[in-house]
Amino acid sequence: MAFPDRIERTVELAHPPAEVWAALTTAEGLAGWFGNQAAIDLRPGGAAQMTWNAEGFTAQMRIERVEEPAVFAFTWPIYGLPEDDPRRTYVEFTLEPAGTGTRLTVTESGFAQLPEDLYRKAYDGNSDGWAKELGELAAYLDAA
Amino acid sequence: MPPEGEAIAEQVFTALADPTRRAILGALAAGGPATATDLAAGLPITRQAIAKHLALLAGAGLVTAEPGERRRVRYRLRSAPMQVAQQFLAALARDWDSPLGALKDHLDRVGPRARHHPNPRDPRT
Repeated sequence: MAFPDRIERTVELAHPPAEVWAALTTAEGLAGWFGNQAAIDLRPGGAAQMTWNAEGFTAQMRIERVEEPAVFAFTWPIYGLPEDDPRRTYVEFTLEPAGTGTRLTVTESGFAQLPEDLYRKAYDGNSDGWAKELGELAAYLDAA
Repeated sequence: MPPEGEAIAEQVFTALADPTRRAILGALAAGGPATATDLAAGLPITRQAIAKHLALLAGAGLVTAEPGERRRVRYRLRSAPMQVAQQFLAALARDWDSPLGALKDHLDRVGPRARHHPNPRDPRT
């Protein structure tokens, strides 16, 4: 099976990069088309938050690249995975002037990452779960 | 995704392709660890058929066998392979087309009213 690790889309927008940049990187802009509410601390390492009312879902994003008005990137959790899952995908917007408008490319990558611990968990022998739990019980009783 | 990850996901999808195995996994997810007899009581199939499916699921690492009461084997759902498969599904479910369409509409709504160089091929101008 071939599953995508990377998703890429390009759209031509009839607006100059500065306007597209504002739509991508300000709370007002993001709340106008992406989430229903947004907050953003626009600097590499800064936090951003986006809430979708219909899904009752809030995404915590970490800003990775801020190169006005050409590159904006963040990482965010993989939708559908448990909240404490460490895996995140990387989303990058690239803005290029195209005539009087902008060619906007979005790539999201990292869907196929598989951290070592999950790989191990998924493949571990079927019998060790019980042994481990008994071990934990024994340790708990010893400590008590 | 390393090939091992694909192999794990493939086992999950193969397991889920069968309605009886879906029912067994669903029952274990909803009610916690259960014996083949417990499961047979709640599903419209024989205990023998359930035992056969449980053996396949255990082989794929989707359930794990453990000692239960009165020396009966209990089966417990293992969530780790599901999480690998879920990651594949996340890629397939990701929709950038709708947000980018919304971005286009948003820019048209809030952009400057006067465009200095309208594109004659753009039907909206």
